[in-house]
Amino acid sequence: MDAFEILFTASFWVAVIRIASPLIFATMGELICERAGVLNLGIEGIMTVGAFAGWFTVYSGGDLWAGVLVAALAGALFGLLHATLTVPLGLSQHVVGIGVTLLATSLTYFTYRLVLPEVTSPPKIESFQPLAIPGLSNIPVLGEALFTQTPLTYLAFLTVVLVTWVLYRTPVGLAVRAAGENPSAVEAQGISVTGIRMGAVVVGSALMAVGGAFLTMSAFNSFFFQMINGRGWICIALVVFGSWRPGKALVGAILFAAFDAYQIRLQQISGGIVPYQVFLMMPYALSILALILVARRASYPKALMIPYQKGER
Amino acid sequence: MRLEPKPAPTLAVTLLFPLAAVVATLLLVSLLVLAAGASPLSVFYLVARGAAGSQFALLETLTRATPLIFTGLAVAVAFRAKLWNIGAEAQLYIGGVVTVVLGTGALPLPSVILIPVLMAAAMAAGALLLLGPAVLKTRFGVDEVVTTLLLNFIVLLFVSMLLEGVLKDPMGLGWPQSQKVVAEAQLPRLIQGKRLHLGFVIAIIAAIVVWIITKKTKLGYEMRAVGHNPEGARFVGIPVNLVLMKTALLSGGLAALAGFSEVSGLKGNLTLDLSAGYGYTGIVVAMLAMLNPLGVIASAIFVAGIFVGADAMSRAAKVPSYIADVMVATSLLTMVVAILLTRYRIRWR
Repeated sequence: MDAFEILFTASFWVAVIRIASPLIFATMGELICERAGVLNLGIEGIMTVGAFAGWFTVYSGGDLWAGVLVAALAGALFGLLHATLTVPLGLSQHVVGIGVTLLATSLTYFTYRLVLPEVTSPPKIESFQPLAIPGLSNIPVLGEALFTQTPLTYLAFLTVVLVTWVLYRTPVGLAVRAAGENPSAVEAQGISVTGIRMGAVVVGSALMAVGGAFLTMSAFNSFFFQMINGRGWICIALVVFGSWRPGKALVGAILFAAFDAYQIRLQQISGGIVPYQVFLMMPYALSILALILVARRASYPKALMIPYQKGER
Repeated sequence: MRLEPKPAPTLAVTLLFPLAAVVATLLLVSLLVLAAGASPLSVFYLVARGAAGSQFALLETLTRATPLIFTGLAVAVAFRAKLWNIGAEAQLYIGGVVTVVLGTGALPLPSVILIPVLMAAAMAAGALLLLGPAVLKTRFGVDEVVTTLLLNFIVLLFVSMLLEGVLKDPMGLGWPQSQKVVAEAQLPRLIQGKRLHLGFVIAIIAAIVVWIITKKTKLGYEMRAVGHNPEGARFVGIPVNLVLMKTALLSGGLAALAGFSEVSGLKGNLTLDLSAGYGYTGIVVAMLAMLNPLGVIASAIFVAGIFVGADAMSRAAKVPSYIADVMVATSLLTMVVAILLTRYRIRWR
């Protein structure tokens, strides 16, 4: 098969949607935080926590959906920590974010070693299985790619719809957007900026954790160290690439996943002429390139990274 | 609730809150130790003994502190100017790459010349690596946090490629590792037969030099001004972008010295596990030192002690050594809160 034909196979697009799914969850999570004015660099660690919490719930006998819920709650908890430090206390979002990532990651590894001291190879769970949607999944290529996925992937797409609807069609969404653009206007309406921002970070972090859980419960079926592998940072780039809009960010995530799936297949057909590391570098390099391309016309939330103090201008 | 600035804190207050942060960290970590079924007091004792209980332990702590001083300085310098360099890990590895490229026989020079040449070359490479994100920030407005973070992954893959390709040691039995640097390129040990090497002294000198730069020179003043208020700095005629470039060069160079020192002083060659996350831990080191270059020495030794001590402890007690990472991350968060509380008072209404 040559490098071009790959693009027309259904299996390629099935992989693209699978690779995009965790990114979609986490990108939506980060997007919510940033639209409210908070950069959440805890994302990498929160995804790690979610990956472990979800997997471990199922490993200890829980239901798959219980695992998703536990992951979301664990993510929300770290989101609450991040929010408490950055919103009412107004501490540096950079430093706190890195701190939350370091804490979340190390606590996860500590807990993993504590509950599974003896294991050498990561134990497996019975993960989410693909669920073909009758009718739709029979459409060639596109239908197969979109409708033979696991339930969590469908949830990822549903999340995008939900986030878009809430952000642009509800009063809560308006308050979230305004908190990130013009917080004093929000306060003037009698709405607490602190409350809105904290809520956004908690909910966003829960989504990030579900993104992490997708990896251990749907894409793979076990937890291993360093499995997030920079995906969180890539999602931050995707939010910028998507100009802080859910729809555009979704397109970005799918484009990125397409590129990622494509490099894996290119790697297989290149026959080792090009070192495999070059292919593995591409997703990260592409993210940087995407940031450069959109940077000039990026319209980021005006109050992003600016702490808000009531009654201060 | 709201924050009210306090009058200039007294010395007692300045010391009290960081102390409270340490106590809070220990209490939180105690819960994890209890969860692991061990006694917190005995675990803390074992950590302390493992970190400083013998000459061997102490020297091991200082050895581990060496790369952390360099990365801590790199972060302190950058964060002071609000240049968010999270890429010290990548700059460290590039420093290591340059050290083995030039140090494995390419330059037939005596030690007194070769070592400074290697240091300068490593610093130049690390500096250039951070210059990229700095230029992207000032020219295109690309956030340097994300670019430096992503570069960490790119550089590590690049190093992996080199170690399986052109830099691969033909005598390495297939392991992805470079050849050893020549004897002239090795930093001497400070004590015969021990692991502590000259890199530690170089790190101390670097901290003093950085302290002089930040406190006593025009550049240091400009860096602080840019970090404090970029618009204000621009208004009074400080070339903000140029200052950020210089900061990036200094920061990247310092982080690269960590890689040089680990290769030339300790490991002898380059492997993919040259750094145990020293680039990221450098952030904690710098924050614990409140970005003070001399404080970085103390906080690097403290953080190194936790890691070395926890390694020793986990061999004796059944508590995973990741407790050290938890402790270090927790102390970062408690410390930033403590620093805030020395400067502000919380009013609940």
